[in-house]
Amino acid sequence: MPETKPVLMQGNEACAAGAINAGVRFYAGYPITPSTEVAEQMAARLPEIGGVFIQMEDEIASMAAVIGASIGGMRTLTATSGPGFSLKQENLGYAIMAEIPCVVVNVQRMGPSTGVPTAPAQGDVMQARWGTHGDHPIIVFCPASVYESYYLTIAAVNLSQKLRQPIIVLLDEVIGHMREKVLIPEGKLMVERSSDKDVPSDYKPYDEKGIAPLVPFGFGHYYHVTGLFHDQYGFPTGDPPQVERALDRIHEKLEKYRDEIVLTNYIGHKEPRVAVVAYGCTVRSARAVVKKAYWQNRMPVGLLSLQTVWPFPAEEIEALAKKVDVIIVPEMNMGQLVGEVERYARGEAKVVPLNRYDGEMISPDQISEEVGRWL
Amino acid sequence: MEQLTQDFLRTKKLPHIWCPGCGNGIVTAALVRAIERTGFDQKDVVIVSGIGCSSRAAGYLNFNTLHTTHGRALAFATGLKMARPELKLFVIMGDGDCSAIGGNHFIHSARRNIDLNAIVVNNHIYGMTGGQHSPLTPTGKKATTAPGGTLEPAFDLLKLARGAGATFGAKGNAAQPRQLEQLIIRAANHKGFSVVEALSPCPIAYGRRNKLGGAVDMLREMKEKSISVERAANMDEAELEDRTINGVLFSDDAPEYAEAYYRSIGKDIG
Repeated sequence: MPETKPVLMQGNEACAAGAINAGVRFYAGYPITPSTEVAEQMAARLPEIGGVFIQMEDEIASMAAVIGASIGGMRTLTATSGPGFSLKQENLGYAIMAEIPCVVVNVQRMGPSTGVPTAPAQGDVMQARWGTHGDHPIIVFCPASVYESYYLTIAAVNLSQKLRQPIIVLLDEVIGHMREKVLIPEGKLMVERSSDKDVPSDYKPYDEKGIAPLVPFGFGHYYHVTGLFHDQYGFPTGDPPQVERALDRIHEKLEKYRDEIVLTNYIGHKEPRVAVVAYGCTVRSARAVVKKAYWQNRMPVGLLSLQTVWPFPAEEIEALAKKVDVIIVPEMNMGQLVGEVERYARGEAKVVPLNRYDGEMISPDQISEEVGRWL
Repeated sequence: MEQLTQDFLRTKKLPHIWCPGCGNGIVTAALVRAIERTGFDQKDVVIVSGIGCSSRAAGYLNFNTLHTTHGRALAFATGLKMARPELKLFVIMGDGDCSAIGGNHFIHSARRNIDLNAIVVNNHIYGMTGGQHSPLTPTGKKATTAPGGTLEPAFDLLKLARGAGATFGAKGNAAQPRQLEQLIIRAANHKGFSVVEALSPCPIAYGRRNKLGGAVDMLREMKEKSISVERAANMDEAELEDRTINGVLFSDDAPEYAEAYYRSIGKDIG
């Protein structure tokens, strides 16, 4: 790790700073609360380092512009919130299909619709998974601190390039607007793509053998990019075996790199009876409870925090369910990820939802009360 | 007419998917000839397209080609142009693609005056979905979604473009491909947002329902109705009724967006 220095910053600022550190040089966006600071940071910093900031006419266009710039060879990012995230789904699906790397930040706010624009919520967990149509793979990171906002954005940019897969950073209003200390490295955390050079003359942008490097437009490798199902050279096909193989392939790349994609963290008792599974800002309340119950009082409780919510950490939940009697899933929605937890607990543990959807954070007291009920 | 440059065509992808009598092939050929005559380096040329019949042209052209989502071609192209201002972008769209679902991107690309060449193939109909009316379907003409004839007035696409800030606008048609080729060359050499509206016959999904005859009849009518900008200048409104004015309708000077942006950050891409 390079040298680090502590900086006090906001989650949204940390996201922008992480993106720039990871080599993002193109941002296209549209103003929306509570994500605007990401755009403002990018508007201030990108021109200073030779990058491009453009405010587009709408969210659809910003997603399209980001994909266009990625095809031109730039590392790209866009940020939005619920209503804008809905509009981005169309071209997000395109980027997944055409395997164009990009990072989409969604600073969640209370929905549905315009909802409460300034109130926090975790209501977009399922939209992040299934918002665009068709069977598609998706990677969603969920930072629980300003520090994680910084590092998970860097991880998202690098992994997106490596896998040629769009990645969503699912922030929430609490983390986005909270200020805390981040250790900013002096050096770059950008991972160079090793395979950019030495492109074979018979370049296949969608090589069946693995993930082909994306050779940007304008270098004499004439290929086609489309949202239609396509062959290895990018040309449309409706041939059933080819269609099936193509869909399998974009899913398999996530399975193959699962260890790099699925990030979770467990704290607490080695043999817990009650565990909390949380993500995003809810992790903070849960951590306070577990710290007190386990570190102070040695009670058999633990916390599994999910930095990656999609692909779902199924193996981790399966393992946890075998150890505990009860899994509590606090979420600032009416119960979204709890269904997945239940599915992979496979009846080995009782899964208890704990929901709040009034635009306020779930407090440590609420979680503590629920944990106490099952001990 | 001389042979098309085979280098610029993906001959293995032919024959194309278009119906007999469709004008898309003529417009595409005019585009290929125009690109050849500009002398642009093949590797610098990018074809971007939206969704619809004419947008399938991208797949037949041997450049870096980007077939995008419905209506969004200009927004993809804007991102690519800003990332790589040295590239020469031609953006093929149909009338519905460009002016209905893509209307917002169209006026804002015009407003920025970003150096993209929009080739709008106007066959007055949504062809690929079987003949629904578009914002460029003339009032009264029939479509599957306007069985009694559409009540809606049509856009004047080039007036819309100019009003929004585009600095080059030209109109041509598939019946006069040589002129169309020249117009595309002028657009390509113009710095700023250029629009070439190319009228094109759709005998299957538009002509048949509106009793306009076959492809040959439609092309003949297109040619007979067309009048050059120069000749139209000396005619009054009554004489021009039901005529289509062809040629370069406007060519203005204004700062181009990508260049202005890069200059603002201290890079000259001139």
